[in-house]
Amino acid sequence: MFEIEIKNLSKIYDKKIKALDNINFETNMSGILSIIGKNGAGKTTLVKILSTQLYPTSGYAKINGYDVVKDEKNLREIIAAVPQEARAVPWLTPLQTVQTYLMWRGYSYKESKEIAYEYLNLVGLKGLENVKNRKLSGGQKRKVLIASVLASNAPIIFLDEPTTGLDYISRKELWNILEKIKNEKLIILTTHYLEEAEILGDLILILDKARLIKYGDIETLRKSIEYQYQLKIYGNLDFNFNGLLKRYPDHYEIFVNDDEINKIKEILFRKNIRFTFAPLSLNTIFEYFVEGGLNEEN
Amino acid sequence: MKKINMILSSILVNAIYAMINYPVLLINTLLAPISILAVVTFASKGTLLPIASLGALMMNMITSGVSLQGDLSHLKNDMKLQDMVVSSPTDQNIYLLGMAISEIVYAIPTLSILFFINILFVKINYIGWILIIADLILVFSFSISLGFFLSTISSDVVQSWAFSGIISPILSTIPPVYYPITFIPYPWRYLAYISPTTYAAEIAQDIVGYIKLSNFEFLLSWLILISFTIFTFYLGLKRSYWREP
Repeated sequence: MFEIEIKNLSKIYDKKIKALDNINFETNMSGILSIIGKNGAGKTTLVKILSTQLYPTSGYAKINGYDVVKDEKNLREIIAAVPQEARAVPWLTPLQTVQTYLMWRGYSYKESKEIAYEYLNLVGLKGLENVKNRKLSGGQKRKVLIASVLASNAPIIFLDEPTTGLDYISRKELWNILEKIKNEKLIILTTHYLEEAEILGDLILILDKARLIKYGDIETLRKSIEYQYQLKIYGNLDFNFNGLLKRYPDHYEIFVNDDEINKIKEILFRKNIRFTFAPLSLNTIFEYFVEGGLNEEN
Repeated sequence: MKKINMILSSILVNAIYAMINYPVLLINTLLAPISILAVVTFASKGTLLPIASLGALMMNMITSGVSLQGDLSHLKNDMKLQDMVVSSPTDQNIYLLGMAISEIVYAIPTLSILFFINILFVKINYIGWILIIADLILVFSFSISLGFFLSTISSDVVQSWAFSGIISPILSTIPPVYYPITFIPYPWRYLAYISPTTYAAEIAQDIVGYIKLSNFEFLLSWLILISFTIFTFYLGLKRSYWREP
């Protein structure tokens, strides 16, 4: 298990741009911590501070008891990070990229080469080890960097928007890799894809306008608002219910709580109305917190 | 041992793998100093060959700092590689040392040829050579430290080009490294003294016998050169932005 403690953490750029505003957060976990938020919410700033790339303006953050400022030397032994917009050096090959990254972490030339082969294989780049990075696709270049940090065996890994710009298949491949390795690690991942955060995140942090507005696992987040389910109904809605209704040209969407869902399902079955239902998605939960509630639409 | 691996990694990324994967880089490093050396030698009908070959060596040391600034800015701003290294056990001193050595390794083919030319044409005693090598080491040290400092404060490639555009003429165009400073008429000669390289060039030219400095001027040149090197060391090690402020 890994401990994160963040207390009154703020970051102000150029004495006026508030990138993080008094963040307070504590957890003891392993697995994947997903950080979500709109552009400019503060996701990257938070990751950069935690991964010792950026100084906070005030407050503190500790990971496993190591202060990100005072104990940066110790902390850097146990973390590895792929920054947002990081690119594999074009004149290197994937093998050379992973190998040299490992050597910066203290591995020997020979050992790092052996490990590099193993992890390039893990991320599906077997056979491409000696091709120059510039000849790889965008997804493959990302995988080279991810292979580098995974190969480092650092227990805490920061991935800042690792799947931005990747196609769905490449994203799914990456999710599978992260699922495979997440149990013994803490992976702190920022993403714009809420579906990704929902699938991967054992804990989800929602940032908005530099503030932490909510955190918890998906179930906790769902339970913290008044609706837990959403139903799509393709037929007449001629019965009463407690919940929120959204009208669309070809269907209705309703949001209800745990108590109401079974009652409504029963009515819909009885009336033979076609419907689908699912627990509230992170998309909807995110909209709820960031927009300050779900709006009824006509 | 870990630190040696970290240093070796920088050398591999910035020199050895770059040269293996793009052999054309070897020609690139060789061309500039050799061509200026040739021009000065031909224009002076061979009389300036010794001083120009020393100048070419000095220019190579200066170019290392200028290219380090460009290389590191590229790795930091475009590749975000420096951020990956920041979040690793490698600290800025080790990174700087590795990258500095990488510039030397990168320049080995050129340096070998230039040292060979110097041994052939520069006729001085051992003490003279020791002083010249110390002079070259100081030039290399300040250019590398300055290059590293500027690379860490540059935030994008345009700013990095601007830094290169400023330090390149100050360190390598204005100072008279390929010819004696006495060739520059007053008051332009004063302009040359804004560059620390001028003092290094004066020391070398005095040792070879092309100019005659008084003992005071000779010591003053060393003092200025050493002070500037210490100042750039301070900038590189203490004032650079390894971690963003």
